[in-house]
Amino acid sequence: MTKIKVEDLKRIKEEVQKATSLREGGKRVKTTVHMGTCGIASGARKVLNSLVSAIEEEGVQDVMVTTSGCIGICSKEPLVTVEVLGEDPITYQSMDENKMRQVFRRHIIGGEVQRQFALAKGLE
Amino acid sequence: MQDLSLHILDIVENSIASKASQVAIRITEDPEEDQMILEIEDDGVGIPPELVERVVDPFFTTRTTRKVGLGLSLLQQAARLCEGDLHVRSTQGEGTLVRASFRYHHIDRKPLGDIPSTLVALIVGNPSVDLQYVHCKAGKTFCVDTAQFKRELEGIPIDHPQAIRLIREETRRGLEELGYLFA
Repeated sequence: MTKIKVEDLKRIKEEVQKATSLREGGKRVKTTVHMGTCGIASGARKVLNSLVSAIEEEGVQDVMVTTSGCIGICSKEPLVTVEVLGEDPITYQSMDENKMRQVFRRHIIGGEVQRQFALAKGLE
Repeated sequence: MQDLSLHILDIVENSIASKASQVAIRITEDPEEDQMILEIEDDGVGIPPELVERVVDPFFTTRTTRKVGLGLSLLQQAARLCEGDLHVRSTQGEGTLVRASFRYHHIDRKPLGDIPSTLVALIVGNPSVDLQYVHCKAGKTFCVDTAQFKRELEGIPIDHPQAIRLIREETRRGLEELGYLFA
């Protein structure tokens, strides 16, 4: 059986409650990693895991990560859509771990769209 | 797909697309009998009887965004390449069981791969789905049960970065006890 201890979970709970009380709101950015068969085969899992690690390392609280299925542009996978609250969503193509970290730093945190990786602007 | 953990991520995404709220991933390794079994069972909407036989057909899909459906076809190919096979059993309204078998020592059997990253991707993308991962090898069993974590987290989201890191580390440790190595 797994050895995650109740104390570990309790500790996390306390730490999270502290941080959440500062936030008191929804998320500022929604990031969607496309996880169809095509995305998975071309590396979407690494992209998602690098994003999750970056969020954890930076201690960012207002970025939501989710996944979706294939949108039919399989040749451009891995695709990642970044939607900053109040702005048009940007879909990035042919992503990898390094590009994901750059998009995280410069777009998700810095607010500057990384045009060189972008496939489209607007809703799917 | 380079390894079994990527196939697992892909097939569980099917379960989630079929509105499953619980998904069990079971891996049983039996090196002495030269066999490895992977089962993925969900409580989704199930597959109509007339379609069950077609799900492994790469040119069949229920999607409308594209004309091919490769997930199960690729897993079937991975199983057959090492003298195993794939079976799908489904009851509409109850759920679906996908069972893939492999010859354990076959040179073409894909390695297990990065299971911790697969679980993290599934949890982050689908925090409301309850996932159970049970891995048996040589008399040892390692188990991850997200429903249990959720109860112990008492309302803190399971996809919180710190909860995710804990799950990743513990999964890695559990699999290392079964003899797997992670970089």
